[in-house]
Amino acid sequence: MLQTIGTEGLDDLFRTIPKKLDRPLNLPSPLTEIDLRHHLRELSRKNRHGEEWTSFLGGGAYAHYIPSAVSPLIQRGEFLTAYTPYQPEVSQGTLQAIFEYQTMVAEIFGMEIANASNYDGSTATAEAALMAMRLTDRGKILVARTLHPEYRQVLETYLSTQEAEIREIPYRPDGTLDRQEIKKNLDKETACLIAPTPNFFGIVEDFSDLSPMLHQEGALLVTSTPEPLSLGLFKSPGEMGADIAVGEGQGFGNPLCFGGPSLGLFAARREFARAMPGRLVGETVDTEGRRGFVLTLSTREQHIRRERATSNICTNVALCALAATITLALWGREGFSRLARINYERAEALRGRLQNIQGFRTRFSGTTFNEFVLECPERPQEILRRLRDQKILGGLFLESWYPELGPSLLVCVTELVPEDQIDRFAKVLEEF
Amino acid sequence: MKGFQFNEPLLFERSRKGRRGFSLDEKSGRLTPSGTRPPDNLIRKNPARLPEVSEPDLIRHFTRLSQWNFSIDTNFYPLGSCTMKHNPRINEEVARFAGFAHVHPYQPEETVQGSLQLLFELERYLAELSGMDAVTLQPAAGAHGELCGILMIRAFHNANCESRTKILIPDSAHGTNPASSAMGNYKVVPLKTGRDGQLSPEVVRQAIDREVAALMLTNPNTLGLFESGIGEICQIVHEKGGLVYGDGANMNAILGKFRPGDAGVDLIQMNLHKTFTTPHGGGGPGAGPVAVKKRLEPFLPIPRIVSDGSDSLFRLDFNRPHSIGRLRSFFGNFGMLVRAYTYIREMGPEGLRRVAELAVLNANYVRARLQPYYHLPFDHGTLHEAVFSDKKQKETGVTTLDIAKRLIDFGLHPPTIYFPLIVHGALMIEPTETESKETLDEFCEAMITIAKEAQENPEQVKKAPHQTRLGRLDEVKAAKELKLRYEFPDQR
Amino acid sequence: MAINIPEDLRYTREHEWVRLNGSTAIVGITDYAQDQLGEIVFVELPDEGETLVKDDSFGVVESVKSVSDIFSPLSGRVTEVNDPILDSPETINEEPYGEGWLIKVELSDANETEGLMTAESYRAYIKEETA
Repeated sequence: MLQTIGTEGLDDLFRTIPKKLDRPLNLPSPLTEIDLRHHLRELSRKNRHGEEWTSFLGGGAYAHYIPSAVSPLIQRGEFLTAYTPYQPEVSQGTLQAIFEYQTMVAEIFGMEIANASNYDGSTATAEAALMAMRLTDRGKILVARTLHPEYRQVLETYLSTQEAEIREIPYRPDGTLDRQEIKKNLDKETACLIAPTPNFFGIVEDFSDLSPMLHQEGALLVTSTPEPLSLGLFKSPGEMGADIAVGEGQGFGNPLCFGGPSLGLFAARREFARAMPGRLVGETVDTEGRRGFVLTLSTREQHIRRERATSNICTNVALCALAATITLALWGREGFSRLARINYERAEALRGRLQNIQGFRTRFSGTTFNEFVLECPERPQEILRRLRDQKILGGLFLESWYPELGPSLLVCVTELVPEDQIDRFAKVLEEF
Repeated sequence: MKGFQFNEPLLFERSRKGRRGFSLDEKSGRLTPSGTRPPDNLIRKNPARLPEVSEPDLIRHFTRLSQWNFSIDTNFYPLGSCTMKHNPRINEEVARFAGFAHVHPYQPEETVQGSLQLLFELERYLAELSGMDAVTLQPAAGAHGELCGILMIRAFHNANCESRTKILIPDSAHGTNPASSAMGNYKVVPLKTGRDGQLSPEVVRQAIDREVAALMLTNPNTLGLFESGIGEICQIVHEKGGLVYGDGANMNAILGKFRPGDAGVDLIQMNLHKTFTTPHGGGGPGAGPVAVKKRLEPFLPIPRIVSDGSDSLFRLDFNRPHSIGRLRSFFGNFGMLVRAYTYIREMGPEGLRRVAELAVLNANYVRARLQPYYHLPFDHGTLHEAVFSDKKQKETGVTTLDIAKRLIDFGLHPPTIYFPLIVHGALMIEPTETESKETLDEFCEAMITIAKEAQENPEQVKKAPHQTRLGRLDEVKAAKELKLRYEFPDQR
Repeated sequence: MAINIPEDLRYTREHEWVRLNGSTAIVGITDYAQDQLGEIVFVELPDEGETLVKDDSFGVVESVKSVSDIFSPLSGRVTEVNDPILDSPETINEEPYGEGWLIKVELSDANETEGLMTAESYRAYIKEETA
């Protein structure tokens, strides 16, 4: 090969690099495959995980049942090792799958269109705010205090370079958004309201009363849904008059995986298609009139529009979206609703039990989906420790984010929590 | 090419009422004491119309769809700038260990020491590879890493009480560079690439001033050439108090050979789904960690992973007052970080250096074989990718697009086309190191045949592809009609 | 393919044409522009009654491979918008100087017309651009 190239040695090929690294890299020696697997397994064993312990953790990452067919299908080399479908004739598999995904996301949110994915729920929320600012040409964003605190942090980071003002809207005693405060802060400078449902306290809301109010001032309603399984039971953003609806789709077929990769869901009104960030797959025909799919409206994306692009996003999370598509299809229309119901009922069962324990009570009266805030008599850390002794991960301690709540835990119950564990959880608290 | 290629409808068209792909608890309601019901106004009235299919139908559906895809596993995939190298399967196995896959991000630190250790070590490996001091693994993709870099640049200048407004970017740069700069509210100033395909320090000297926050540089650049002026360029920028941001998308050419940090680069993002074999997945997920020099460390996103030293427990540190904040929820794309870690542990220092050597050898081999047939605008110093133009073929009206489509008929994925913008009809070929000489020869022979066809039988090329299930797709129709979802019969 | 540059029109560096009629003007994009863009799939135009400022963007024209802003050659008020092309943007490709016109403007400063290029200057300008 060097002969064909016409050089003497490999080093000659690197002659254009003036100051090369003159020592070996300071990295550990290579591991053979057997040792590699052993080493990684030992590392993984230093973790406790949801298949050996019972977890009541939620807060934006949810453990739901992943049907067995998902893993083998997404590991098919043609899906796993393909890249962005720039050449549509040889990427119809990816393209049609994304088209089906876009349809499902739109359906779940009750919206007209959806994109091919964002990185996660937090960046989807931030991009929605930027989109609302573009559409309205305004800079004021109203954000619920009950929005996932990390989503709020990401929003602030994304807006830090824009001429934007963020106004926090507090919550009412029942845990829902304070409508009076929205009215007070809403004006002709407002681009949008970011309203979560379910919110970080697990409370489900109906924003149908808010969309007319916002629209009258020329502002948009952006809903943020970290647990979209809730939409198998509860009112969809579309039914509420949302203009943009975002959320986190990890719970659809993607394992928790210590928080990533995730799946940013992004849906909106059809009239806003050209302002949407991210990739879009559209239906078309080929030279013989046969149906096919292509990436479309790419003129709005970074590789063409460059500095005037709707976003800088290029690689998104296609394989996670595929896992979600397969999962939602296997759960199916019926299964989606039923699974939502089971989550709701399991959480209600635990909540009911805990309510009756001396010293504990449900903090908010608002309707919740599969997680709720439990007020504790004292020292939630101690409670969590006792639960840990029973190999139970008891919930999220909320004080660092919401000091006003006092000693409280955010407890989540999904369909994966066995009934006997719900019993055990309650027993530990009873003995506290 | 022969094989089974079915015409598979949409899932919604396969859907039949009552079909189920998954067995569920029939008697929901068993648990709740008095059959709690949410208030009526909160209940969804129009359920999501998800498809109803059985498991066998579902599996056939996606199996057939997968058969329509070309992939690295299928054959050669020389997409320039994307580094389509083989995705080792051990990555997939390891990422699925229960101790990695079923861990909740909010678990107490003591219960996730394995994950924290892995991330801590990966940060150190990436710092060593790039010649930097500190790393964040939070960004979810290369562009996300760029945004991280841009925000850190802004934070750095703010901390020095300076407000700078411009970012210098060579005209050969990837579109995410200006897009990320714009998201950071910077004005993009393009710099002209020289006749030799490189960025001249003189051009930088003309453009630099105290309004410039940073210069964004890809090295090797998108023409596959090493920016030999990088040392001087860094000096010029630093003299005026600016920073140099490296786009590390092309790291594959320099692993173990050159470290951007050593030349003066201040911060760099790496693309784990390119250089470090995490699978492309049809368009992600990826990961775009950012490595920085010490003086930029305070601005890294939170949380940082720190080691207690004595008891060697790993912890999360949120107390970083100068941090730019958070870029995404939780810690980053952990699943992809595990895969990259596994790759680095498998290759070791020698192995990684060899990666660069073979990647560059393969690209030069392809370049040498194709040079007599295709116009190579910048013809010396090719590293890991070669960029040709369609100048010779245009004489008979054959364009780069036609050549790309004709390659498909030979069972090969086309290279990246029409990028970088500074080469007319660019054909950007990056073979990577995981391709055998036989495969490279197969590719070269196909390209040479096409070059001949372009001369003797141009129609054959212009009407390509001929062998695929679908012909060229009407992108104009797609953009005009904007059918972005399946419409149920009652919606039409 | 020869680019059509009618003699009786005026032109801008951003490839718009202007047909002057006393204190009103009709504006469109040139044959060169439509050729460069490729088949146009979408157009965004201002509303009737809107005020335009010379050199500001007043709309967008989009093809499969690019999106371009349309810049106002003159200042004034939009008196008419060519609605039919919103549904059939390809008309701009077919008849850039005829049925593919974009807007009609009531000029606020007639002196601005002096800054526009003649057909000859525009022809030379394109030659320079494509060199």
